Amino acid sequence: MLTGDAARQRGRAADTAQVIPVAADVAARVVRAERSRILATLIRVTGSVDLAEDATQDAVVRALQTWPRDGVPDNPRGWLLVVARRRAVDMIRREAHRAGKEAEAVALLDPAPDSPEAVRDDLLRLVFTCCHPALSLDAQVALALRTLGGLATAEVARALVVPEATMAKRLTRAKQKITRAGIPYRIPAAEELPGRLAAVAATVYLIFNEGYAAGTGDDLMRVGLADEGLRLARLLVELMPDEPTVLGLLALLLLQDSRRLARVDDDGRPLLLTEQDRSRWDRAAITTGVALVGQALRRTPNDPDRYVVQAAIAACHALAPSYDQTPWDAVISWYDVLLTVHDTPVVRLNRAAAVAERDGPAAGLALVDAIDGLAGYPWFHATRGELLYRLHRSDEAAMAYRAALALDLNGPQAARLRDRLAEC
Amino acid sequence: MPTYIALTYTADVDWSSPEQADEMAEYREFGAAARAVIRGGSALYPTATATTVRVSGGKGGDVLTTDGPYAETKEALTGFYLLECADLDEAVATVAQMPAAWNGAVEVRPIIPL
Repeated sequence: MLTGDAARQRGRAADTAQVIPVAADVAARVVRAERSRILATLIRVTGSVDLAEDATQDAVVRALQTWPRDGVPDNPRGWLLVVARRRAVDMIRREAHRAGKEAEAVALLDPAPDSPEAVRDDLLRLVFTCCHPALSLDAQVALALRTLGGLATAEVARALVVPEATMAKRLTRAKQKITRAGIPYRIPAAEELPGRLAAVAATVYLIFNEGYAAGTGDDLMRVGLADEGLRLARLLVELMPDEPTVLGLLALLLLQDSRRLARVDDDGRPLLLTEQDRSRWDRAAITTGVALVGQALRRTPNDPDRYVVQAAIAACHALAPSYDQTPWDAVISWYDVLLTVHDTPVVRLNRAAAVAERDGPAAGLALVDAIDGLAGYPWFHATRGELLYRLHRSDEAAMAYRAALALDLNGPQAARLRDRLAEC
Repeated sequence: MPTYIALTYTADVDWSSPEQADEMAEYREFGAAARAVIRGGSALYPTATATTVRVSGGKGGDVLTTDGPYAETKEALTGFYLLECADLDEAVATVAQMPAAWNGAVEVRPIIPL
């Protein structure tokens, strides 16, 4: 027996028998692709992130209700913009204090498809506003996932392992700061662009790493952050195809992600680069990543970019047929270049590990021991442990492994170090 | 255009003393260069001259005064500017030209027009 709702749905389906319905997931995909673009335009026109979000959400909900039944319109962006704009005008009219000119401005918004340049510029404005340095990194990540990634607040909260109420508050505060502090909705001028782009890249890289670090854990929402990071990096390349930083960022993410399937064994335990089955690396991702590294390097012959150089290092590993055939000279040279633009203790540690592979554990250990400021970083102690172990200094190796285990590590990583400790 | 207050936090110096003449000259230079956006501001006497006032028990209650600034910190509030700027980027660019930005720190806050 049909319930009332089902009966109504069946009746409606009969009414629209002549149109070709599309699968709900097709509609969802089109909506998702357009959502951030509609939002970006509406923020510019209304001057309010909140208002634009509500109006966009309204249009999205309507599209998801009607498109699977009536088919995706020829101009999905135009359709969504008309619905969102109408909703925005309604909301502005209801808010007495905003009435007047702003409602006119929204009403005047041309619902016809904008030029590709105008759409791109709106998205760029949104990118740079979400990643404005006056916002905390936490706020930037949350805003980017919410507005550019189109994730619901609950999804952002789950992905970042934060209670939903906390995430809602974080997003509200960030939007309030944008409005009240007057964070501009605009594309930075040429002279500020490098610095601002670095901030955008850092945010996207962090999003990717949050997911990548979760490995193949059970928490799919969290693992999905790696895909979100890749999606955002692709968007940046689409928007700024000539910027080495974004080319390098996408290359780096693709090359790291190419190892995703090979990173763990069948029991979900992490595998080191030495142990991974390279036939399981994603060749297509490597090819694209390496090509991007080349493009980016040609654009930065004299002033290296941090992400491009990191991607070049990742490319050295990705192209090596086996661990033993890794071109350590090239890897170490790239680390030397990286240190000229991004000198951090972790980069020094990674360089030391590469030197150990080329020149032996004693040479690596001398470099590791000269690094300051990593006492709280588990991989500093783990690397020392490994090198001491190779030098047959078992007691010291055991101490180093214990120091690593005393610090914050996830379950499988800790299990791995405990196995090594048992061998000392 | 929004108005911002720029609070300068620096070593707790006496701006009226001759030792600060050089830095005061730098501030005057900044003031001339940023004249277009500056709507007011002052240097403050050192925190030793500060009095912090509290009224206990609600309006009309006992007035309690303590000698010294509200918060004892390494860098003290030593001055402020009111800046009328197009947006936060312009305010930050302006503030980055104040000597306090390299001798200490400057907090920028939008003001609520009353």
